[in-house]
Amino acid sequence: MRRALQLQRIGITGRGLVVALPYLWLMLFFVAPFIIVLKISFSDIDLAIPPYKPLLEWVGKNSLAIKVNFNNYAFLFTDSLYLRAFGNSIKVAFISTLWCLVIGYPMAYGIARARAATRNVLLLLVILPFWTSLLLRVYAWIGLLKANGVINNVLMSLGFIHEPLTMLYTPFAMYIGIVYSYLPFLILPLYANLEKMDWQLLEAAEDLGCRPWQAFYKITLPLSRNGILAGSMLVFIPAVGEFVIPALLGGPNALMIGRVLWDEFFSNRAWPVASAVAILLLILLVPFMMWYQSVQARETAGAR
Amino acid sequence: MTTSTGAAAKAQPWNDPNARPYVEVEHITKSFGDFKAVNDVSLKIYKGEIFCLLGASGCGKTTLLRMLGGFETPSSGRIFIDGEDMTGVPPYERPVNMMFQSYALFPHMNVEQNVAFGLKQDRLPRPEIQQRVATMLDLVKMSEYAKRKPHQLSGGQRQRVALARSLVKRPKLLLLDEPLGALDKKLREHTQFELISLQDKLGVTFVVVTHDQEEAMTLASRIGVMNHGEIVQAGTPSEIYEFPSSKFVADFIGSVNMFEGKLIEDEPQYVRIGSPELGATIYVSHGISAPPEAVVWAAVRPEKIFMSTAAPVGGPDNVVRGAVQDIAYLGDLSIYLVRLPTGKIVRVTQPNTSRHADAISWDQQVYLSWDATSPVVVTR
Amino acid sequence: MNYRSSYFILTCLGLGFAFLYIPILSMVVFSFNASKLVTVWDGAHSPTLKWYIALLQNEEILDAAWISVKVALINASGAVILGTLAGFGLARFRQFRGRFTLNAMTTAPLVMPEVITGLSLLLLFVALEQLIGWPAGRGITTMTIAHMTFSMAYVTVIINSRLATFDTALEEAAMDLGAHPLKVFFVITLPIIFPAILSGWLLAFTLSWDDLVISSFTSGPGSSTLPMVVFSKVRLGVSPEINVLATITISVVTTMIVAVSVWMARKARLERAVP
Repeated sequence: MRRALQLQRIGITGRGLVVALPYLWLMLFFVAPFIIVLKISFSDIDLAIPPYKPLLEWVGKNSLAIKVNFNNYAFLFTDSLYLRAFGNSIKVAFISTLWCLVIGYPMAYGIARARAATRNVLLLLVILPFWTSLLLRVYAWIGLLKANGVINNVLMSLGFIHEPLTMLYTPFAMYIGIVYSYLPFLILPLYANLEKMDWQLLEAAEDLGCRPWQAFYKITLPLSRNGILAGSMLVFIPAVGEFVIPALLGGPNALMIGRVLWDEFFSNRAWPVASAVAILLLILLVPFMMWYQSVQARETAGAR
Repeated sequence: MTTSTGAAAKAQPWNDPNARPYVEVEHITKSFGDFKAVNDVSLKIYKGEIFCLLGASGCGKTTLLRMLGGFETPSSGRIFIDGEDMTGVPPYERPVNMMFQSYALFPHMNVEQNVAFGLKQDRLPRPEIQQRVATMLDLVKMSEYAKRKPHQLSGGQRQRVALARSLVKRPKLLLLDEPLGALDKKLREHTQFELISLQDKLGVTFVVVTHDQEEAMTLASRIGVMNHGEIVQAGTPSEIYEFPSSKFVADFIGSVNMFEGKLIEDEPQYVRIGSPELGATIYVSHGISAPPEAVVWAAVRPEKIFMSTAAPVGGPDNVVRGAVQDIAYLGDLSIYLVRLPTGKIVRVTQPNTSRHADAISWDQQVYLSWDATSPVVVTR
Repeated sequence: MNYRSSYFILTCLGLGFAFLYIPILSMVVFSFNASKLVTVWDGAHSPTLKWYIALLQNEEILDAAWISVKVALINASGAVILGTLAGFGLARFRQFRGRFTLNAMTTAPLVMPEVITGLSLLLLFVALEQLIGWPAGRGITTMTIAHMTFSMAYVTVIINSRLATFDTALEEAAMDLGAHPLKVFFVITLPIIFPAILSGWLLAFTLSWDDLVISSFTSGPGSSTLPMVVFSKVRLGVSPEINVLATITISVVTTMIVAVSVWMARKARLERAVP
């Protein structure tokens, strides 16, 4: 006990030690990197390793010059490619989220209303794809959508079409890919929310004269709002910056900001520009992330 | 409702000015922000007592218990156990053990391991641990379940294991948080007497928290009635029941008829109270201390009221007439609600000692009367 | 709870699950297709195991798989430790300096696009190398650190929510019986929340095993992980060996998940079947 008091006097408590390790780790490996990205977004590109000029430079013996280069950001705003990429990414992410809701809400609802035994099996079936590699599942769609792929072959052999449909390397393929990959991310939080609902509320509503669809619209839907928001955020935010799916399914013309960042970085070796893209993307997404946090906080507060 | 013969035979140390209290709570306050859960409570608990903290939920009794156990630190005040200041001491360094309301049996250990856990923390030699665990399990009659896990036991069995686990370390003080709450009625009665006999055998001092007044009356050597974080009265069960110090206590324990009135005559040996809501005067054969013209309440317990069809002998004091409005037949006794001309309803209980042809029934006119020693006058 | 069998809901469920599983099933089926074109069924020579044999002899894929395993193992173990500490702190300590920050730092990685985290970590490693000489170049170490950073966020969420439903009376009872808080954690809390820790470990392992973007940013020469190799192959189109890999992965995952579920269901049934 005495030792604990002594340590307490210099600010070390048992509790402090417990959270110190993860805190410091995240500070170093999660927060600090963003500061560095910010710094590099203000540097010049350089033909060197690493391919950027340092921010601080000694000028003479006793002066330090800080060179803050806004060119990278100016470049992003003047070259329409980047603005189009940002806009397109948001549009694609938004539409994908809507499709996920359309497909995923009835599924989550059905699972939440099922009997306990069936429910567990259904949940398992939803979670299973989540545990198998995203990359492989997206690859599966290549096989399905290409010119001599499964879908075309089936449709041609059944006589519905005579020439293969172009599905791969189109925006359509990208939407399918994103909706397909992120569907479980919407179903699971939505299910968790619906599962806690008191179904007797619907019975009460019907007892008072509401038709089933009205009861759903007036009672279930509003009460599941937190689940809808949480699931939507879990789809929308990562989808904006998605890279793999546009790269594999979208074709060379699929303009998504994640892909732009990758290309700037790996193909053009333009690290400062890539950093600027990353910062802008972050600024764009932070409000959504904070919204997600507040929805989660409301959900856990309501649960207690 | 009496305590066991053992406790009744002992002297009452709380009345002995020379007796040293075993647990002393000195001006304990616990605040959570602006809310005072426990407000300036002082208590003396003596060795071998079963002291019950009784009150409704939210009255602070559980907070007080947790402070005795070391799970909460008082905002101000001190706690002494067997002469030592234990105020800031954490639970694992106190000679105090607690029996939790949910029993809190470790689900991944069997009965034996659960009971042995505390002894292992004290680093006792294994043969001694085994022997003490076996003795304790024997005492609570759970020896044959030693290898079972908690989820394989019934509620009553889990309770006995929890009890064994908390007693095996021979603590100076055992705290019990609503020990009988989770049991059904029959089991509760049986366990009440088991608890008392166990306590008597081991001589451990108990502090019990409960909201059930029957439980408190059965178990306790003394009861501390709590309300809004304060102890409003502490005394033996009969003291609390027969001589409540306030309306709150009188009403909280059992049922009571409260007649509001004013003092007409105030003498050292008697008082007379005029009660408009009663429609009669009340004569109490002992003096009270109250300012003149004060509003007082006379509390009369239902079982102390005599009901008869013929007028009783005796003066105009302590007699009223009314009509029987409701009867509840409970088998061993009946509860009568009698409506007075003033509109006041008086609750009377009578044991069903015999079957009369002239038993009292609805709408019958009756006389209610009581002894001059029966009313308790409270001034707040 | 009554199951109100609405045909609409049933249809949606059916179509939804078909949507989820048809691609997976097609991959499995075509892994046995003899044709190199993968999706054009070669009826004459199929089904065949020749691509399975080819995969098991493919050095590039096997090397990459080995690297992925190493990284995933270390990552899972490290992430579990960090995540349990953070989850425990957030769940049990109501107030501490930096609580808001820790909470934000452990939930942000869950939604942040991987390109951002990948880029930022790489830049950090480069800057660190310039500053203090460590890490010397990118490779397994940097990848593992990167994986641990985002994996621990998932573990934190799992542990935090498990501890929220944990009866604190158990910990108090242990303390009451004389156990120091640290002992309470190891002897009481940890064994009881073990299933949550295990599922956190498995999740962290899977996330690391499947990760492409962050690995690409933070890896170095000679440390290509399996997803990186798959990606480079897949960019060029379909490849039968990838179908085989997919089938093997899916089979392993399915078996494990089914086994775990059955085991947990049986355990729950046993615990309920007693008076």
